[in-house]
Amino acid sequence: MMGPDMNEGDRPLAKLALRPPRAPHAVSGLSPSNAPVLILGATSPMARGLATALAESGHSLYLASRDVEECARLASDLRVRFGATVFHGHFDAEDLESHLPFLGTVVETLGSLEGVVSLVGTMGTDPATLDSQAAERIIRGNYLGVVSILGACAKHFESQRRGAILGVTSVAGDRGRQSNFVYGSAKGALSLWLSGLRNLMHPKGVRVVTFKPGFVDTAMTYGKPGIFCVASPMDTGRAMGKALVGGPDIVYYPRMWRLIMAIIQHIPERVFKGMKL
Amino acid sequence: MVLPVRECELSGWGRYPVQPCGVLRPDRYGDLGRLTPDILPRGLGRSYGDSSLNQGGRVVEMTRLNRILSFDETLGILVAEAGLSLAEIAEIFLPRGWFLPVTPGTKFVTLGGAIASDVHGKNHHGEGSFSAHVLWIELFTPALGRLTCSPEENSEIFWATAGGQGLTGIIGTVALQLKPVSSLWMEVSHHPATELESAFRLLSDPDADAPYTVAWIDCLAKGKDLGRSIFMAGHHRTEKNLPKAKAPRSKPLIQAPFDFPSGCLNALTVRAFNGVYYRLNGRKRFPFLSPMDPFFYPLDMVGHWNRIYGRRGFVQYQSVLPPDTAFEGVKAQLEEISNAGAASFLAVLKRLGAAGPGHLSFPTEGYTLALDLPFRGSETVALLARLDTIVLKGGGRVNLCKDALLAPESFRAMYPRFEEWLAVKAQVDPEWKLQSSLSRRLRMKEGA
Repeated sequence: MMGPDMNEGDRPLAKLALRPPRAPHAVSGLSPSNAPVLILGATSPMARGLATALAESGHSLYLASRDVEECARLASDLRVRFGATVFHGHFDAEDLESHLPFLGTVVETLGSLEGVVSLVGTMGTDPATLDSQAAERIIRGNYLGVVSILGACAKHFESQRRGAILGVTSVAGDRGRQSNFVYGSAKGALSLWLSGLRNLMHPKGVRVVTFKPGFVDTAMTYGKPGIFCVASPMDTGRAMGKALVGGPDIVYYPRMWRLIMAIIQHIPERVFKGMKL
Repeated sequence: MVLPVRECELSGWGRYPVQPCGVLRPDRYGDLGRLTPDILPRGLGRSYGDSSLNQGGRVVEMTRLNRILSFDETLGILVAEAGLSLAEIAEIFLPRGWFLPVTPGTKFVTLGGAIASDVHGKNHHGEGSFSAHVLWIELFTPALGRLTCSPEENSEIFWATAGGQGLTGIIGTVALQLKPVSSLWMEVSHHPATELESAFRLLSDPDADAPYTVAWIDCLAKGKDLGRSIFMAGHHRTEKNLPKAKAPRSKPLIQAPFDFPSGCLNALTVRAFNGVYYRLNGRKRFPFLSPMDPFFYPLDMVGHWNRIYGRRGFVQYQSVLPPDTAFEGVKAQLEEISNAGAASFLAVLKRLGAAGPGHLSFPTEGYTLALDLPFRGSETVALLARLDTIVLKGGGRVNLCKDALLAPESFRAMYPRFEEWLAVKAQVDPEWKLQSSLSRRLRMKEGA
């Protein structure tokens, strides 16, 4: 065995050994106690599951979304049910200039910030549009806006050398399909960005998680034909809460979707391009 | 965003009738204000017949609008969105010493549904029906928009909505007065009654009276045993030093996994069950402690228990008769059931107190008999028509949120305040945009 005090030069063959480089140190996720967490896109049903799980275990929360009234309702629900400390405020992912001052307000309100979860996202009216303006809105809402705010959070966490970032992307980002590829491409780009951010943040003690939900029982899938392996939004939110604390860096939920997407990703393009998906 | 619609075959808890409806399920409260006015509200679908169905039209499932907006710990006033279930209220607030002032036999109903059906419980003779404890509601009406209604403000609309089967608009928010309780234990006593007369005597006896009373009836007993029943009385225990009791579960203990074959509940199996049940429970003559779940919600232990009736479903027939005609009327109904050989697995007799101010609210002073009858096509339709005749003759009425077969003329005879209700409907929805399968079956639009 190679101990920490042993020099690589003592074992020249070790350099050639096919083993992954050891991570310099373990990154701890969100501390399970009352660490304050910011939830972006808090009016989604999955965000409610997450907020419920976090509030139940004593975390203080800041709920942010475009619909402030809706946030206020969720905040009061969590206060009455769990006696949790919950704040809420306005956040628009597409308004990039507002992001830095917004983060300042959040840190000031919560006292500190140790975790951030972005559930921001929109399918738009047509997730496979060829219209440039509609496509821009989808890319802004799902990618640019999230990159901007999570980037700002990453800087904050980097300076305090701890924190957890969870970005919700989608299995739609794993392979482009004719039914939703504009949305999928923005989500896929976000997955790549998160992967790079994780690489950058790892030595700085910041945990970065890519969360890829499959079908979740929300308005996005409600009443649509051909929906299978559906997760409840409350369970999905709870799984996000767990992923903030520890576990794999890339989470598929329900886990079955990891297998499904592995199969879909391995279909040869020559076959795939002729499929109706 | 436009809400997606799920087209499906929908039914009430009795699974008869089954009708195609488009279902919407909003996640945000703001969505309610943007709905078109022809959408019928629906909660957890525990009304038995067609009151939450809108054949060929739209219904809005309210279950995701279940956030608690505030709770006053000193006065016990709960403000919540109408999709909140009574199960969640019990789960959250019982450990804090507050319970539902009135609870029906299942906790899987929403606040909005409880008001629209103006449900009652085992304590109706003392506490009245559910709407008596509602402080105010926010109602989304088709013609007048968003209104706050209470017994003081917009009182006519409030009382048309309580028991109004969702036809005055969508209830969005509810303020409910909870009731303080000091323990999670009930003290229950059972008294067997060998025939109907003694059951009635027990129900009306002031000495045997308790805050919660009900009688379970073996409706297959014939001849001198007709009306053989067990009278159950309970009250909340108030001592502080009792052992810890389990708070009601928010999920059923077991699930009925599939549709049972339709004939499973026949005269033979029900007779066997009733015999065992009568003997086991008749023995518990001394008061005993019971947690809340088995006392208030015995059937909630089995999820989807309606599957036991098989694919064809069942109808629940609940009627109330005024005190002077009740005994004869109940007796005639039991004889009718017994002669028809229709096996009612669940039959309950209960004394109701004075009627509330709700125009179409079911409870009126007298005795109510509730029967679950497996649906067997024309045979059941004919039996229910005969029961209707008995109830009409006795000056009684049938509970709309359980009914699936009542005739329009009988409805008008049973609900004399229908005209007052129509006056409010003309105010909140003059064009009758908001309709349900029930309102069309009873031809409510055609007037009194």
